Amino acid sequence: MADAVATAGNAPLERSSSFHLLRRLRTLGLLIAVLVLWQVVSMYVLDKRTAVLLPSPTVVTQAFWELVVSGELFVHMRDSLKREFVAFLWALSAVPLGLAMGWSQTVHDQIDPLIEVLRPVPPLAWIPLSILWFGIGDIQNQFIIFLGMFFPILLNTISGVKNIEPNLVRAARCLGAGEGRVLRRVVLRAALPQIITGIRVGLGVGWMALVAAELVGANSGFGFLINDARTLLRTDIVIVGMITIGVIGLIIDRAIRYLGRRAMPWSRTFSA
Amino acid sequence: MAVLSSIGLSKRFAGHSANDPSVLALSSVNFTINHNEFCSVLGHSGCGKTTLLTMVAGFEQPTEGELLLDGKPIGKPGWERSMIFQDYALFHWLTVEENISFGLEMKNVPRDERKSVVKEYINLVGLSGFDRRYPHQLSGGMRQRVSIARALAVNPQILLMDEPFAALDAQNRSLMQKEMVRIWERARKTCLLVTHSIDEAITLSDRILVMTRRPGTIKADIKVELPRPRQEDDPGVILLRRQIKELIIDEFEVER
Ligand SMILES: Nc1ncnc2c1ncn2[C@@H]1O[C@H](COP(=O)(O)OP(=O)(O)OP(=O)(O)O)[C@@H](O)[C@H]1O
Ligand SMILES: [Mg+2]
Repeated sequence: MADAVATAGNAPLERSSSFHLLRRLRTLGLLIAVLVLWQVVSMYVLDKRTAVLLPSPTVVTQAFWELVVSGELFVHMRDSLKREFVAFLWALSAVPLGLAMGWSQTVHDQIDPLIEVLRPVPPLAWIPLSILWFGIGDIQNQFIIFLGMFFPILLNTISGVKNIEPNLVRAARCLGAGEGRVLRRVVLRAALPQIITGIRVGLGVGWMALVAAELVGANSGFGFLINDARTLLRTDIVIVGMITIGVIGLIIDRAIRYLGRRAMPWSRTFSA
Repeated sequence: MAVLSSIGLSKRFAGHSANDPSVLALSSVNFTINHNEFCSVLGHSGCGKTTLLTMVAGFEQPTEGELLLDGKPIGKPGWERSMIFQDYALFHWLTVEENISFGLEMKNVPRDERKSVVKEYINLVGLSGFDRRYPHQLSGGMRQRVSIARALAVNPQILLMDEPFAALDAQNRSLMQKEMVRIWERARKTCLLVTHSIDEAITLSDRILVMTRRPGTIKADIKVELPRPRQEDDPGVILLRRQIKELIIDEFEVER
């Protein structure tokens, strides 16, 4: 974008804005071509039986509209987002734990072995056990999502704290800051960009874990929606669900980046 | 009246393993610094200058001897010994204003007073108009001005400086040295500056302590009684420069 402005130079406004539009279209070119190809293939190339497995974009759009009008899509969206959000609140406990581990070697030495053992277990591997523990429903789902979010946030917080420039802490101390204020006013702030990066990664992993957890252990949500549609052979709904999951994941990620940039104008971590 | 005194101060850093011997960085360092005196410690790289400052600041404990501030042993780091770092160590998430205000908040100075003190020091270091900027929006010289203001604003009993201008280019460095003279004349403070630049020490100091190579001790204690601002080609300055150079070259010879 920046170089587009530069090359447009002092060209009149209309020209530069139509120029932008052209560039935009060019980057979307391949996507449009794929959509057209998809449409053609499922309408004219595939026979009726196979076409059920790959409904055309227009059919998918119709299904999307159906789900929107009936409100069903929003019910699932609400349930999925709620689970993601509740799990996120729990996963935020990784921030104080990470601060403590990054700050105190003793705390780190005590807790690290436990973390090292638990971390390589994929969240999805917890699904069977968690179903036995919590049954099917919100708590089990939230637990799986929580596991997906917790470790990225924790590890990023620890490394954020460990990478703080030692002179910043020294400067704060010789300006009269005690231990608590050094932690809150300096360590937390200096590590914040990396903590937010951890949250971004965590929300992403959590979103993936959410869908997986809902596939097997829920009666609502996007994971349930697409799995349920599969049993009815409503492939159009499956695809609507998949696309919605992707778009919402993208929106969450962009929103965090936007908020990070707004809240921390001094950090380069979140600039595009 | 002595503000800071160092009595038989030694520092040994422990080695990390059996075949990594311990390092004696300082060995029985004795000196005193008087009220409102600008004192420089001059020495080669690695002679223990930073080590001396970190002990005065309270980041490290002496192995032997003691450091007294106003006759009392130095304890934990605190605002009465504020420090200016070579790499500025500004809080990059705070604006100029907020950086300078930080120490005042730590001292629980009320908000209104904080505001006026911050304003005063921003003016003193010549940064008015940049109050709301973040450090990354400033040049190196301006960042060091912020750091000077931040350290002065808490009204320390002694101001510590560790090669504060070493990261600047030659032109900015000499400009900042002149600025430091101007600031110091306006806001009189007891100062302890550590440097390996003879000219920096001469431009700024009332007294210059020349250190030996490692393990560092004080080799000469030179009173500088030339009027400020000091010009490079002033005969007194030239004479002093030659005298100090000889002391330091001597140090090279000892080494060989
Ligand atoms: N934390 C430490 N652990 C072990 N050795 C150290 C430590 N800090 C300093 N030293 C050693 O003590 C000696 C003095 O170091 P110091 O940093 O005080 O020198 P300096 O005079 O400030 O040098 P420069 O002008 O290069 O900054 C050096 O040999 C250094 O290797
Ligand atoms: Mg040093």
